[in-house]
Amino acid sequence: MEKQEIITRINNFLIEEFELEEKQLQPSASLKETLEIDSLDYVDLVVIIEKNFGFKVKGEDFSHIKTLQDFYDYIIKHAKSN
Amino acid sequence: MNRVVITGMGIYSTIGKNIEEVRQSLYVGRSGIGIDPYRKELGFRSGLTGILEMPNLKGEITRRQRVGMAEEADYAYVATAEALKQSKIDSDFLDKNDIGILYGNDSSGKAVCEAYDVLKEKKDTALLGSGAIFQSMNSTITMNLSTIFRLKGINLTISAACASGSHSIGIGYYFIRSGLQEMIICGGGQEINFHSMGSFDGLNAFSINEKEPQKASRPFDRDRDGLVPSGGAATVILESYESAIRRGAPILAEVIGYGFSSNGDHISVPNVEGPAKSLEMALRDANVLASEIDYINAHATATPVGDLNEAQAITKVFGPKTPYVSSTKSMTGHEMWMGGASEIIYSILMMQDSFIAPNINFENPDEFSAKLNIAAKTIKNKKIDMFLSNSFGFGGTNSTLIVKKFK
Repeated sequence: MEKQEIITRINNFLIEEFELEEKQLQPSASLKETLEIDSLDYVDLVVIIEKNFGFKVKGEDFSHIKTLQDFYDYIIKHAKSN
Repeated sequence: MNRVVITGMGIYSTIGKNIEEVRQSLYVGRSGIGIDPYRKELGFRSGLTGILEMPNLKGEITRRQRVGMAEEADYAYVATAEALKQSKIDSDFLDKNDIGILYGNDSSGKAVCEAYDVLKEKKDTALLGSGAIFQSMNSTITMNLSTIFRLKGINLTISAACASGSHSIGIGYYFIRSGLQEMIICGGGQEINFHSMGSFDGLNAFSINEKEPQKASRPFDRDRDGLVPSGGAATVILESYESAIRRGAPILAEVIGYGFSSNGDHISVPNVEGPAKSLEMALRDANVLASEIDYINAHATATPVGDLNEAQAITKVFGPKTPYVSSTKSMTGHEMWMGGASEIIYSILMMQDSFIAPNINFENPDEFSAKLNIAAKTIKNKKIDMFLSNSFGFGGTNSTLIVKKFK
């Protein structure tokens, strides 16, 4: 999967499933503070990532993902290696 | 002792998705029954069911609020939003007051089954998502609505089979009457899906008159052959009279009596003594005579033995001259955990508009229903000052409520 395709797919599910607005999706945006992804949302992110990219995120990996850019990078790395 | 009044009503049902639609359906005797063909594929004995589409809550409440809501919680949200609006309760009032919730619900079968399906396929609990637990618990309605509406009073689910909705109002009435709480959201919610109904179908309790779905639910009729499962949600706002007057809320009716009993008998076959005891207790609590009741909204679900025993219990308490009796389940089907609450709303609508909704499909009485004054057609221009509503459930739980016109 191409890098841009992955980013588009992530943005789409954040807009569709998490009801975020496109303008909020700045790469520097903090997942917790800016996008208000809470602890229960992370549980749903695991499910959505598995559906969209076919791999299972380990809960502890989320502790290193602070911004949307971190999130993109993490998925790009793991989606490619799968 | 506080007087207890109803200041708001809301409903999402198979005969209307709001109070006004339901009011019209009751008057004309509209049925909400149809067929779910997939039930037949699954080996159900009966495909008959109440037909109701899911409300679309996207845009109405946030994703975080929605994900933990099971089907019945969606219905209950719509009913409760309507009731709060009618009661003139806004967001500011919700924040500044201790409002309780006592809501009837006794299953969340679909949510449990769907979570298990995912688990079987994925073999990983992490893939069940965050909402599964909140959807699959019996208290899904109270836990979600108390969060959405920021409720700060009593908060619990009443599980009492098909009397759940009625007991929720009865217990709410006791809480307010005794001064423990000034306002409580009461009601009942019922999922409509094959997941939750297969085991009930297996008891051979459902009507199999699939050729004429709208004639299948025939409470008190000689040729009844079982109930039709149905559902939705119904909410009433119970409030102390003083609170209602203080804030200028519309007073729709007054709850004056609650009776209850347990049969102490068979798990599914009702008897006569238990329900009769509940009726008598409600009359005593209300301090009224049976002759003062203008209308009885019967529990009658259209099972052969249930209707037979209820007819005998009514005759035992009311004597040979009963008030008008009808079972609105002839139109709605059996709304089960919701029914005791929705039937209070149906009866209040009749009281407001001075009519008695028909017990449709009542064509021929049996030996015991012949002793009741059953309204087979809409009774127009019938003044109702006081009504009684029965709800009985598995395990022999009985609940009776008496409501009167507010004066």
